[in-house]
Amino acid sequence: MPAKRREIVPMALLWGAGISTIVILIVILAYILAKGLPLISWHFLTTNPGVRGQTGAGIYSTIVATVAVTGVALLVAAPLSVGGAIYLNEYTRENLLRKVIRQAAEVLAGIPSIIIGLFGFLFFVIYLLPYTGGWSVLSAGLTLAFMVLPISLRISEEALKAVPGELREGSLGLGATKWQSITTVVLPTALPGIITGLILGMGRAIGETAAILLTAGGALGVIQSLRDPACPMTLYIYNILTEYNDTSAAYGTAAVLIIAILAITFITDWLMNSYTKKLQGL
Amino acid sequence: MSGEIEISVKNLNLWFGNFQALKNVNIDIPKNAVTALIGPSGCGKSTFIKTLDRMNDLVDNVKFTGEVIYKGRNILNSDTDVVALRKEIGMVFQKPNPFPKSIFDNVAYGPRVHGIRDKKALNEIVERSLKGAAIWDEVKDRLNESALRLSGGQQQRLCIARLLAVEPDVLLMDEPASALDPIATSKIEDLIYELKKEYTIIIVTHNMQQAARVSSHTAFFFLGELVEYASTIDLFERPREKKTEDYVTGKFG
Repeated sequence: MPAKRREIVPMALLWGAGISTIVILIVILAYILAKGLPLISWHFLTTNPGVRGQTGAGIYSTIVATVAVTGVALLVAAPLSVGGAIYLNEYTRENLLRKVIRQAAEVLAGIPSIIIGLFGFLFFVIYLLPYTGGWSVLSAGLTLAFMVLPISLRISEEALKAVPGELREGSLGLGATKWQSITTVVLPTALPGIITGLILGMGRAIGETAAILLTAGGALGVIQSLRDPACPMTLYIYNILTEYNDTSAAYGTAAVLIIAILAITFITDWLMNSYTKKLQGL
Repeated sequence: MSGEIEISVKNLNLWFGNFQALKNVNIDIPKNAVTALIGPSGCGKSTFIKTLDRMNDLVDNVKFTGEVIYKGRNILNSDTDVVALRKEIGMVFQKPNPFPKSIFDNVAYGPRVHGIRDKKALNEIVERSLKGAAIWDEVKDRLNESALRLSGGQQQRLCIARLLAVEPDVLLMDEPASALDPIATSKIEDLIYELKKEYTIIIVTHNMQQAARVSSHTAFFFLGELVEYASTIDLFERPREKKTEDYVTGKFG
């Protein structure tokens, strides 16, 4: 066989491996959207779920629950992760503590979500019951914060590391304090990376099910406070599929979830691109 | 040496870990004049000027002994307020490092971090500083544009303007023209010539012609030691040390 023809087989295999990623994504999206899109209507989005998944009801309270739980997770995880990244990158030198914290973040990111959920259940739902209200938006959000934290921390740290040292020196050289240099030069320059980390963390929080299952409570009413039990969209899908006879609402919910995640990804990408361009004066 | 002394360095030694980068350096820097530091790469000249505004503090495992007397105090003392010091002794870096902000905000950065908020005062400072750095005419109609859109030479003059805005006494320049083309370089050199009337300037350079053109005094560093320090004319035309003669005549470099 000539050399050129011998190349065809590995080339084709590698091409197929690359293409299969796209194909898998398209198949999943197409399947969910094909089954789910016809169900989505204004009524579907603004009506609460019926008892035992009765046909013709909506998912309003589960959307509210997802927004609330994700919001709590981000409110807690954002300052901790960005603050931690600033501390690691700007205030410590490469030493043992820094390696240990970074390793800890990696291990935390790798812990199976059901175990994080188990911890959240024992700690927030049971031990802190008087404060969290037991199964509640608060318990679920705080538990999810543990999952958002390591993702956002690592990505924020990389973003800060990518800010050229000359900018820090330039600022310090003008007699700015370290904190002034960080807030007025370093953070604005690193902002797109930091936001990207938070968005990835947010995607994790929106899509999480196992940890929610153990901490949110699954009540289908519209929450009145953060200490109320709730049923975010992912958990609702799980409940429909495992408990109800009519599973069609699961596809509608899944389609809403996917569209929301796609929209968040594309909108932040676009915002961050235009911000970066503005920083670079393009 | 005639004239007033701005900075007096006595028995300065500096180590990075176990490596001694500066060996017993003694030098008096004249006020309102340009002093050039020359020498081959790694000879300690950049390390030396970074000692003068304590920028070496940012490096791991740095230690130093000796004295750097400026305004009657030893700035190497551990109780020195380095933030205040860096306002008085400013640095222009090798690679232009404008902030990713507008031209105006770059120049106003220093005054703002030092608490000036008044719009009118800031406008005046920005205009005066840009004029001082000979770049006002080129940018006066585009102050709100990003500084990153300027050419390399303009960026470097903007960085000088940014420094002038905090009204320092001493300007440290670490090879300020090494990343620039010949035309931009000559603009920087013209600017240095103007600035020395009001500022004490210490410039590190690889380019001996540049040292000869802009400075009144020149110091030759080699392997961490100050080999020779004299008026620029003497150093280039009548070097006392064999090593200096070899370097300025191009026998090594």
